Amino acid sequence: MMLTMAGVHAHYGHIHALRGIDVEVQVGEIVTLIGANGAGKSTLMMSLFGNPRASAGRIVFDGEDITRVPMHEIARRGIALVPEGRRIFQRMTVLENLQMGATHADPANYAADLARVQALFPILAERQAQRAGTLSGGEQQMLAIGRALMSRPKLLLLDEPSLGLAPIYIRKIFQIVRELNRDHGMTILLVEQNANQALRVAHRGYVLQHGQITLAGTGRELLESPEVRAAYLEGGGHG
Amino acid sequence: MAYALQQLINGLTLGAMYGLIAIGYTMVYGIIGMINFAHGDIFMVSAFIAITAFTLLAAADVTSIPLALTFVLVVAIFFTSAYGWAVERTAYRPLRGSTRLAPLISAIGMSIFLQNAVQLTQGARVKPIPPVLEGGVVLWDAPGFAVQIGWSQLLIIVTTVVLMIAFTWMITQTPFGRQQRACEQDRTMAGLLGVNVDRTISLTFMLGAALAAVAGVMVTVYYGVVDFFIGFLAGIKAFTAAVLGGIGSLPGAMLGGLLIGLIEAFWAAYLWAEYKDVATFSILCLVLMLRPSGLLGRPEVEKV
Ligand SMILES: Nc1ncnc2c1ncn2[C@@H]1O[C@H](COP(=O)(O)OP(=O)(O)O)[C@@H](O)[C@H]1O
Ligand SMILES: [Mg+2]
Repeated sequence: MMLTMAGVHAHYGHIHALRGIDVEVQVGEIVTLIGANGAGKSTLMMSLFGNPRASAGRIVFDGEDITRVPMHEIARRGIALVPEGRRIFQRMTVLENLQMGATHADPANYAADLARVQALFPILAERQAQRAGTLSGGEQQMLAIGRALMSRPKLLLLDEPSLGLAPIYIRKIFQIVRELNRDHGMTILLVEQNANQALRVAHRGYVLQHGQITLAGTGRELLESPEVRAAYLEGGGHG
Repeated sequence: MAYALQQLINGLTLGAMYGLIAIGYTMVYGIIGMINFAHGDIFMVSAFIAITAFTLLAAADVTSIPLALTFVLVVAIFFTSAYGWAVERTAYRPLRGSTRLAPLISAIGMSIFLQNAVQLTQGARVKPIPPVLEGGVVLWDAPGFAVQIGWSQLLIIVTTVVLMIAFTWMITQTPFGRQQRACEQDRTMAGLLGVNVDRTISLTFMLGAALAAVAGVMVTVYYGVVDFFIGFLAGIKAFTAAVLGGIGSLPGAMLGGLLIGLIEAFWAAYLWAEYKDVATFSILCLVLMLRPSGLLGRPEVEKV
């Protein structure tokens, strides 16, 4: 098992954002989380880094309990996040952003990792000396993904990577997710508003509602589930 | 003309010292969004450490000036960085994430504490030491006025230039500098990528303090006297320099320091020497009113 969240609760002050989350991700899987705005999807991902810290429950990653591990140690353990809103370092160059992604990686791997990421996203090589803030939204998303890959993560978290992007970039992102998983065996946890596409690429999925998992199943099962169809796929959803 | 050239040299010397202190203000502001009001006092603490160290060396009959200077610098940097670290740990870190006003009050409290601690241990009297570096070179023997650069001035200017180049290189080119800038731009994201944010903030305080320590040693060498109030005055001037250059901007702090030093020297030489400190405060007010982002700052920088 790559990741196990067992009975995880989390709060922002008085807001009870996660209410007993049980989620599992197996090695080599793509797992997707779907749910409306404010359901707690981003909080779930951030809670793996202890921000907010789980107030109850256990998080086990790669066989080790990481519930109380400091945030900067989590990346070292092998989890990388492509956060909501990308959070690129705007006033750094594209290359510096990628170097930041390799903060705790073995310097011996740097050249190979950079080459691999630049092969995946050629634009990041072409624009490497440019300030990241001048990239388009889609390019910044590529950079955010590239930055996360620079650390050779065991588990890649993607928080709404297609949000607000042109269709060409959305296709590119789903294609990359598929490739990373199929060709490199990367384990991926994907949050998407675009439930239809997400459930199609994912092996399994969870539906999150008001900080609770209300439904779980394979991608296909969820695609065919009447509740999911009504709430997230047929007009009722956001994509 | 010769007289103006002399003021230029004097102004550069002052400006170098203000610039060194201003870097500490600007870097701390850059990373935690707060003015470290205890920073000027860190400079003062360093000056007192330097006085004490020079006195001890004189008592021990150390006559080699380079040896003495190196020793004093190392001692001052060591103790002031420790101070910088302690100030951050005790006065600021516990309040991180609270309202903006709380650390400000904490900073002022820390500043008063440092001033009084030094006053208690060192006495409120002005402390003189024998001149460390006397003499200089005459650059231009103009009729009626000889333009001269003192060895201490030369030392200050050269040391500052070297330090600023090294510092700029560290911030722009090294992994630590990159992590430092990452924390400035998005602390949470830096942490997600594996940067130890607390440690980076501590190091930023220590580096700022170390530069202020160098300035403290320089001021001791230059003037030969120190009183516990210099921290306040030099602190305000360096703060003005940081604001003038654009708070948060490293080149801004250097440029601002230089300008404040030059303005002060020329103001004292040609206008009213007694009112030279007023010049600085007027500039601070003008900048805050007309261009709060400073000369090289980013316009979106939030004001305190
Ligand atoms: N930094 C925060 N401070 C306070 N409340 C927050 C914060 N981030 C999210 N919340 C609240 O927590 C709940 C879950 O938010 P979030 O995890 O962002 O949902 P999602 O990603 O599914 O849209 C929401 O009610 C939201 O308002
Ligand atoms: Mg979200």
